[in-house]
Amino acid sequence: MPLGAARLEEQLDEALDPVLSSRRTARTLALALAPLARELQDFVLHWVGVIARTSGELAYQFAAIAPDVMRKVEPVAAEAWIIHAMDTFDREGLYRGSAVLKDIDSFVAASRHQAHAVAFEDARNVLELFICGLAGRRLKLEIAGEAYTDTETIHLPARIFEHASGAGNFLAYKALATHLWAQTRYGTFNVDVVDKLASYTDPARALALYHYLETTRIDAIIARDLPGLARELATLRQHVEPPAECGRLRDTAASAADSLALVDQLYATFNPPHLSYMGTLHPEIVATVRAARMRREKKELQFELAKMLPERPAADATPDDGEARPRYSVINADAVDGVELTLDGTPVTLPEHVNDLLQSISQDLGEIPDEYLTPAADGDYRDNHAAEDPADAIEQGPHDEDGAVLYNEWDYKRRHYRKNWCVLREVDVQPGNPDFIDTTLARYAVQVGQLRRTFEMLRGEDKWLKKQQGGDDIDLDAVITAFADMRSGMELPERLFQQRHKAERDIAVMFMVDMSGSTKGWINDAERESLVMLCEALEVLGDRYAIYGFSGITRKRCEIFRIKRFTDRYNDTVRRRIAGILPQDYTRMGVAIRHLTALLNAVDARTKLLITLSDGKPDDYSDNYRGEYGIEDTRQALIEAHRGGIHPFCITIDREAREYLPRMYGAVNYTVIEDVARLPLKVADVYRRLTT
Amino acid sequence: MSKPLQSKVAALTSQTAPTARMVEREPYYEAAGDEIAVFEAAYASQIPVLLKGPTGCGKTRFVEYMAWRLKRPLITVSCHDDLTAADLIGRYLITNNETVWVDGPLAHAVRCGGICYLDEIVEARKDTTVVIHPLADDRRILPMEKHGELLHAPKEFLLAMSYNPGYQSVLKELKQSTRQRFIGIEFNYPPAALEKKIIIAETNIAPDSADQLIRLAEMTRNLKGNGLDEGASTRLLIHAGKLIAKGIPARTACTGAVAEALTDDPDMLRAINELANSLF
Repeated sequence: MPLGAARLEEQLDEALDPVLSSRRTARTLALALAPLARELQDFVLHWVGVIARTSGELAYQFAAIAPDVMRKVEPVAAEAWIIHAMDTFDREGLYRGSAVLKDIDSFVAASRHQAHAVAFEDARNVLELFICGLAGRRLKLEIAGEAYTDTETIHLPARIFEHASGAGNFLAYKALATHLWAQTRYGTFNVDVVDKLASYTDPARALALYHYLETTRIDAIIARDLPGLARELATLRQHVEPPAECGRLRDTAASAADSLALVDQLYATFNPPHLSYMGTLHPEIVATVRAARMRREKKELQFELAKMLPERPAADATPDDGEARPRYSVINADAVDGVELTLDGTPVTLPEHVNDLLQSISQDLGEIPDEYLTPAADGDYRDNHAAEDPADAIEQGPHDEDGAVLYNEWDYKRRHYRKNWCVLREVDVQPGNPDFIDTTLARYAVQVGQLRRTFEMLRGEDKWLKKQQGGDDIDLDAVITAFADMRSGMELPERLFQQRHKAERDIAVMFMVDMSGSTKGWINDAERESLVMLCEALEVLGDRYAIYGFSGITRKRCEIFRIKRFTDRYNDTVRRRIAGILPQDYTRMGVAIRHLTALLNAVDARTKLLITLSDGKPDDYSDNYRGEYGIEDTRQALIEAHRGGIHPFCITIDREAREYLPRMYGAVNYTVIEDVARLPLKVADVYRRLTT
Repeated sequence: MSKPLQSKVAALTSQTAPTARMVEREPYYEAAGDEIAVFEAAYASQIPVLLKGPTGCGKTRFVEYMAWRLKRPLITVSCHDDLTAADLIGRYLITNNETVWVDGPLAHAVRCGGICYLDEIVEARKDTTVVIHPLADDRRILPMEKHGELLHAPKEFLLAMSYNPGYQSVLKELKQSTRQRFIGIEFNYPPAALEKKIIIAETNIAPDSADQLIRLAEMTRNLKGNGLDEGASTRLLIHAGKLIAKGIPARTACTGAVAEALTDDPDMLRAINELANSLF
């Protein structure tokens, strides 16, 4: 039985008293509510009471709009809407709160779509690969409040739910990401946006206009280069046609400068609309990032070019040869096949990372300026750390060399070993908290299951052993041969059977884990998680394996941490040691490789692997190990290992690794994992690929 | 001998000797560099040839082309890890109660002065690979112990083999003692203009579609090392082109011929499909 108007008025009066007046009474509200069903009336009254405790005004507005809303919307949806309005009020005040209340329609529409919302985490992997495939400088994807790019990272919102389907919302993500990628790829920031737009009376308006014009220009480029994507984007364009003056932006030769010129022309007359896939433009952030990158890349390029110079005979190396210095020049700046360089007229083949560098520079500047092509003068690029305190306390201090092993180290300048240069000790890892293992196994339960299955399949590769004295089946080939032999007068051989036999994977693998200080934090976590997953997989496979960590400080205190020896079983102690792996000091890699090579050499196996998990270049405190010396020593240590029949391989998370790892490990003997979070899943996978 | 065994033996003995194949029609081949000249010089100097390169970039086609050009029979052996030395050299079989020696493909190629092409040589076991050693240096002989015969290779005979150095497996490396007997010719995906010409010649698709396919290939090659072991090869592009020429919508063709052929990883599959969709 619905309540009558009078009874409703009474209750509303009580709840809304503070905001009522002689001109604003509860009477009209009550009359509108009266025709509703009793449950709905109770619902409204209940919420009027609740909202009134927060804000009387908001409650009044709710009461006014409620009869209408309750006819359209289920109470459950209405409740979500009320809560949302109250949240907004708490955060942003009455004005925004009542705006949310009044905008019930779009709230209902959005909530209907919530079921189809796409979260950043779901779209991230695909989009990252998509953007990587589109070429240009490598860009990271990050979550942020608004969509924008700083030319090195693309920031995207946490969720998109404006569209009525998952595919629509994913498309919205893709459209945003593509446009932000295109801004860096096609030079939106290659003109001095900040300065140029500052001269307008309303720089924000000028920026919005510039942004719109650039979007129009990029849309035209996408239509040319990625027609399929352009068709999809057209569905998002909301039928806004740019003004006629924008025609020239569709030209193949149009550039950001044209957009800037048009800002001037259209500033007074045209109100730019905001398209859903535009994101936001942050020219100041870009300017900072871009300037830093350009400085860095210029230095890097000059350094790389200097490295690529043919070695001059020593006598020739007089400092006054300014004129005679070899000159690089660009002959083909076509972005598609990469930049081609000549050195004094002869074309030079560029390593991949130098190519990337040139690409990135020409993306910023549209060309490679001549001053970038001047190779760094000798010494310019020498490591600045080299000269730091040679008299180091540890180096000087008295050292007990008992129980330590001495190793040679390769000095690339002398082209000779320094005899007994490094002092190395084996120590145990302090056992850590076993909870870490349980958490890891729980977190990756599904993947561990998959890994085990994959590795079981590897193990299960059966072989037929031919020409056996006894076995499961007759070896037909052997029988025929025997029969033929017998016919031709030879003795009948006895080995006529074949036997099924589990393939003998005669593999011993040594994992060498970087425990340097730089792994502190989530890299260390990822390393430990990787080891847990790897052990689970290797236990299934039955390959012999050992795990050692390495770190140290200076040549006098190199340390190898025992985590699992070849003879150790994968038991609780080992698990606790894995949990106990902690970042220590530096990365003197050569000596660690030499020691572990010696251990691996003592094992009898047909295939021996030395796999390094690392996060960066070889490095040590103060004594020149950083840089070329360390790289060359490591390379030498790896060559020694290789000579002994060991296959070295490196798994790294250092994005710059492509610059030095090919030199140390060879072109195919390493892999770079860009995303630390994926390390635990990848290490076992890499191992599987290596050994099948 | 039991009944089933007897029938098995009978089935085996009916096998005929591997026949060398003359390449009758000129295979379509576009030279990317001076590989034809190098191959011809190697052939003239009787030095075996090692073709290196990623899958689907034209190694096998090149050998067919050279066989046609030099007018020599071609014998191709696809190597696998069960390949025994006898599989290459030959064995005794029995017909009509008589033992008959049947040449293996390698011996056959030596006898008829053909080109023997060992495809994906690293897949063969190392002990098998060793039998080619005396044939691959200046002795140019093939000892057939079982048959009590020593074959001398005529000057028309050539040994060629292929392998993909991009494999990261430590179990699949070529021994130095093997590789150092060969002249190496490196293959890679052809430059865009040439690749376009090849795709159009092979599939008859419109130049525009060929351009798009090449863009797609570049995109997947950008992904190499970021989740893909290899980018799309020229062969995959030709497959996609053929599907398109048969009237399959381009997006479907790329999914089937490129994305599914490259990976099983769901995210990667989706990314490649998105890339293809952005082009077509």
